[in-house]
Amino acid sequence: MRDLSDRSLDTAVQLGASYADVRVVHRRDESIAVKSGRVEGVAAGESEGFGVRVLVDGAWGFASSSRLATAEADRVAADAVRIARASATALRHRVRLDDRPRAHGTYETPIEEDPFAVPLEAKIDHLLAADEAARTVDGVAFTETRYDAQRETRTFGATDGSWTEQTFTHVGAGIEVNAIEGDDHQRRTYPDADGGPFKAAGYEYVRGLDLVGRSGPLAEEAVALLSAPQCPSGRFTIILDPSQLYMQIHESCGHPTELDRVYGTEASYAGTSFLTTDKLDEGFRYGSDLVDLVADATAPGGMGTFGWDDEGVAAQQVPLVQSGIFVGYLSSRETAPRIGRQSGGAMRADGWNRIPLIRMTNVNLLPKPGLSLDDIVASTDDGLYLASNRSWSIDDRRLNFQFATEVAYEIKGGKKGRLFKNPTYTGITYEFWRSLDAVGDASSYVMLGTPNCGKGEPGQGGHVGHGCSGARFRDVQVGVGKW
Amino acid sequence: MSQEARPEAPSPLDTLAIAERAVALAEAAGGTEVEALVSDERAQLTRFANSEIHQNVAETNGSINLRVAIGKRVGVASSNRLDEEGLRWLAETATAIARNSAELEDWGGLPEPTPISEIATAWSDGTAGATPEMRAEGVRAVIAAADAAGVRAFGSFSTAAEHLAVANSKGIRAMQRRTTAQLLTVHMGPDGGNGYSEQASVDATTIDAAAVGRDAAEKARASATPQSVDPGDWTVVLEEPAVVDILSMLAYMGFSALAVQEERSFAEPDKVVGSELVTIVDDATEPGALPMAFDYEGVAKQRVVLIERGVCRDVVYDAQTAARGGVTSTGHGLPAPNSYGPFPLNMVMSAGATSRDALVGEMERGLLVTRFHYTNPVHPKLAIVTGMTRDGTFLVKDGRIVGPVRNLRFTQSYLGALAGVVAVGSERRTLRGDFGGVLVPAVRIEGWTFTGATEH
Repeated sequence: MRDLSDRSLDTAVQLGASYADVRVVHRRDESIAVKSGRVEGVAAGESEGFGVRVLVDGAWGFASSSRLATAEADRVAADAVRIARASATALRHRVRLDDRPRAHGTYETPIEEDPFAVPLEAKIDHLLAADEAARTVDGVAFTETRYDAQRETRTFGATDGSWTEQTFTHVGAGIEVNAIEGDDHQRRTYPDADGGPFKAAGYEYVRGLDLVGRSGPLAEEAVALLSAPQCPSGRFTIILDPSQLYMQIHESCGHPTELDRVYGTEASYAGTSFLTTDKLDEGFRYGSDLVDLVADATAPGGMGTFGWDDEGVAAQQVPLVQSGIFVGYLSSRETAPRIGRQSGGAMRADGWNRIPLIRMTNVNLLPKPGLSLDDIVASTDDGLYLASNRSWSIDDRRLNFQFATEVAYEIKGGKKGRLFKNPTYTGITYEFWRSLDAVGDASSYVMLGTPNCGKGEPGQGGHVGHGCSGARFRDVQVGVGKW
Repeated sequence: MSQEARPEAPSPLDTLAIAERAVALAEAAGGTEVEALVSDERAQLTRFANSEIHQNVAETNGSINLRVAIGKRVGVASSNRLDEEGLRWLAETATAIARNSAELEDWGGLPEPTPISEIATAWSDGTAGATPEMRAEGVRAVIAAADAAGVRAFGSFSTAAEHLAVANSKGIRAMQRRTTAQLLTVHMGPDGGNGYSEQASVDATTIDAAAVGRDAAEKARASATPQSVDPGDWTVVLEEPAVVDILSMLAYMGFSALAVQEERSFAEPDKVVGSELVTIVDDATEPGALPMAFDYEGVAKQRVVLIERGVCRDVVYDAQTAARGGVTSTGHGLPAPNSYGPFPLNMVMSAGATSRDALVGEMERGLLVTRFHYTNPVHPKLAIVTGMTRDGTFLVKDGRIVGPVRNLRFTQSYLGALAGVVAVGSERRTLRGDFGGVLVPAVRIEGWTFTGATEH
């Protein structure tokens, strides 16, 4: 790989590139899907290739290929240079990158049990057992149990002499139970929908989920939701379980702090951000004093954990919100200088055939000593406890959001009680985070996240992490729409 | 390498020969049924923001998906190593997975060959030969229109060419080539005005970049300084990009045979779900729907009537759901493994009789919506979806646009929306949906429920 990388870089420089980098990526994945006791899909895959990114005359070009050959390295590098020259014909600002130390070294996800070494039959049997446990409950319509694993090796070389080699292992597993009656369809998932969340870990993470033990109670709750009352509408105190809070963080904290969005480079697809740079200068109050958010690319187990990002910037912890005040962005070598800072190391690419974009690493809401999540419930006289994300939507500046969860539990006198179905809640991002009045302590802190964070054209999926412990919000609009 | 050197792009792969070789290797390894899907894709995208090109990419990728059954045990392996060594690894891997998998009790087998007609309109040499200079020229035309209007342009111009082949052990030998091109832009003005425009086509040379730029510029200027309106039930005119979202979401939630078999679909034969003005089919031969000859299982695409004059008629099938349902595949299979089920990739909504001007002109009071943003099902079986408006929303009174409004959130049953259709546009546009081409008119709908508002 080193030879092909060096050849690509040399060719790019010979043809006029002032800077170039190249990533060679090999990705291996494995998936198992069990539906209602049937092994519907077992698959293994691999994908490999390389991508060359160049700066010519201050403009970007990128080309990539799955053919790992010297002649193709020349062709791809030349194509990238040609593309950059075409970019330069519609350029108003030459790209300037910040300085960073030359990157050198290796990184590997720490794992205890290699998921690819666990026999396939054992993994299938594990899922079948969980699926069977769910289907013993009367009223279950269908179930889906999934397992996914991915291993990616990635080298990065650049014309400044940087060279890194990294290996990432991510796994995920989960169960979904569906109950249907007439037009009503209720669902419960564990630990999250779509077989997630993944974790940067080995098969020990899957074993620790206790899918079999959790399936029966999950199924009972899915069936119980069919006869549960509709979630009431009005303004409520709500407590978000980590299984929902991580998605709230993702959409209303993670995405709006991406500095490329702020500068409009995602405008036509995913939109921009209300967190404009003047708000950084003025110390905008994003949330209440209890809100501390950090983008932490070093967090154990997080899908956004690495040694270096895809520009060769070392992993770091970047404060985004401190005591409720907006203080920082997810950034890159190109965007950070525009706010007078160094890159925060958040450039990540989805495979060999995509350019790096500013992506979340692990955007975490830090736990607060004092109250456990149970204590928060106990200190709530009247409210709702919402768990397990079902639906998400937020406007193109990340202000107006609406989420649905799979379940709401009524809270009366500090105790969780009856179920409500079809809960939804909505708000404006900064108003919502300012209404936070309690964050759980470390006892309920978990690293969650999503392997499907969409961004960019052509589309890219991102593996991002979110650590959180649960939190309480006051005076939130609950129950949206006609049911 | 000298600056003059211009290495040639690699020749297209012989996708069918690769597929046949993989099938032979997997059969030799013990597969009783084998299917190979081979793709050779060249894709490029030039992206612009703040009226300059900021990202510009190209990829060359050949890949193969191999499905092997041993009796009722099924395994799938995929790779983009297409040399003999790679194919051998693939055949051994897929076969080993099948051997170690559990039996799929109702495995229906791989599909049998069907007559496949070539669709010449699916390919354009103009798109296949598109260069970065050609895309940059189109982008400059879009930017020029933005400059002329005093706004900034943000968007992308993409071109792609794909050779696809499917071979299976039952005799399917299918090969097709397709091209697609799309130019889209959001123009953003200094006073909060946004405008969106898009063209998609098989042939990139038919895309009128200057016209796309002018459309978006006009809308961006018209939507400057938007005012607030209250959420609630409104009559709306949805322009084509918004209608695409309705069709795509309904496909996602209910037009699949698997969704019906799992009872999570709203679709039932002869169930009335929309007004008589609504007819939706999936027709992969329709040139305006970015056509394709066969699906990812090598089965010829059939025209499927999904909703006829407001009444549910049929859903789409792949081989497995067809076997379960005792019917034949309609040619809507996706690459294996596919626990989601079949999908309509070429949806077409019938045009109506109402001119574009009359859609708005006959609306007493309502909102004109350009497109939606970040829609997501809240309750799939009831087809309840939430999302936002964006890039041009306008208040209409007495048939005239009186000004732009700030964006609104809706929480609306898309089936309810079909039922509320009172007028359908006589013109249609080709647009790209989430998964394929869509040919749609604009529509007017009564009783659209907005449930919130934002600050812009």
